[in-house]
Amino acid sequence: MSLLPFFQWCYQTPVGEGIRDSTWLFPVIEAFHLLGLGLTVGAVLIVDLRLLGLGLIKQPVAQLAAAVHPWLLGSLSLMFASGIPLFAAEAVKCYYSFPFWVKMTSLLLVLFFTFAVRRRLTLTGVTAQRPLLGRAAALVSLCLWFGVAWGGRWIGFS
Amino acid sequence: MSPLDFFGWLEDSSWSVGLHESRYAYPIIESVHVWAMAVFFGSVAMFDLRLLGLIMRKAPVPEVVGRLLPWTIAAFIVMVVTGTLLFFAIPLRSYQNIFFRGKMLLMLLAGLNVWIFHSRVYPKVPTADVAGAPPRAAKVAGVLSLALWTGIVFSGRMIAYNWFDCDRQPQPGIVNFLTSCVPDE
Repeated sequence: MSLLPFFQWCYQTPVGEGIRDSTWLFPVIEAFHLLGLGLTVGAVLIVDLRLLGLGLIKQPVAQLAAAVHPWLLGSLSLMFASGIPLFAAEAVKCYYSFPFWVKMTSLLLVLFFTFAVRRRLTLTGVTAQRPLLGRAAALVSLCLWFGVAWGGRWIGFS
Repeated sequence: MSPLDFFGWLEDSSWSVGLHESRYAYPIIESVHVWAMAVFFGSVAMFDLRLLGLIMRKAPVPEVVGRLLPWTIAAFIVMVVTGTLLFFAIPLRSYQNIFFRGKMLLMLLAGLNVWIFHSRVYPKVPTADVAGAPPRAAKVAGVLSLALWTGIVFSGRMIAYNWFDCDRQPQPGIVNFLTSCVPDE
């Protein structure tokens, strides 16, 4: 089954139509999306740099992860709240965009990895005994997030 | 030579035209600019939130500065280099762009905020202040920083849009004044 009808439906929703009809709505939502991106990267980097032994190395991993967790959830909410309307405005273009699919695949993988794997690793403190495991987790997280950011930026060029 | 003449001359130079019309160089530079922005804004925001006592209160501020600032500075250097190249690719239009001008003004204010913070406020943030929130002046600096950088990201995004460009007339007089546009009669 093709997803195209669903994408076409999104494109025709009042949200999608309203954004397309407006001159400034798309850019303003985009700016919020960029701010969400910055905050997400900040919250991700605090934990991943620490896992790599580069960031706040005097602080326990579990403590840092717990501290930035609400901000990660908040910034991701901002990303979704701004990203879904942006998607609706150009859903059909997205369907045919290779970067869009790279982004969505990376996003699904990184969300699963962050909340099911990385969160467990950081909260149990297991990375203190096995720093290599922590480094590997940080690299996976950063690579997947870069996939999201690459796809996101390149949707605009396609 | 007026700034308009100078940037007009730059815009006609073969390097500028080449960069502007390149198939890959321009989008790649623009992407690197955005990704560096994410690292920069992210690390600045995390530091500002710490200054406000909202996150990582158990990490002393000087430690956060020492461990985070190198990343902020590295990302900033990448942004300045890529940003200069982006300007170089479209000099005249950028120079006359109202959002570009607003962005530069906000960056000046943000730089002033950084300078005041590091010269006046930061030396007074107690090193032993492990659990508490920093003094009020530091919190003010944190709020100002968050507000200014948010404005900079916003205006940076808007530079791409041509709503107030000189070749789109008529514009209100104030717009033409702010963009140094001289519309044809």
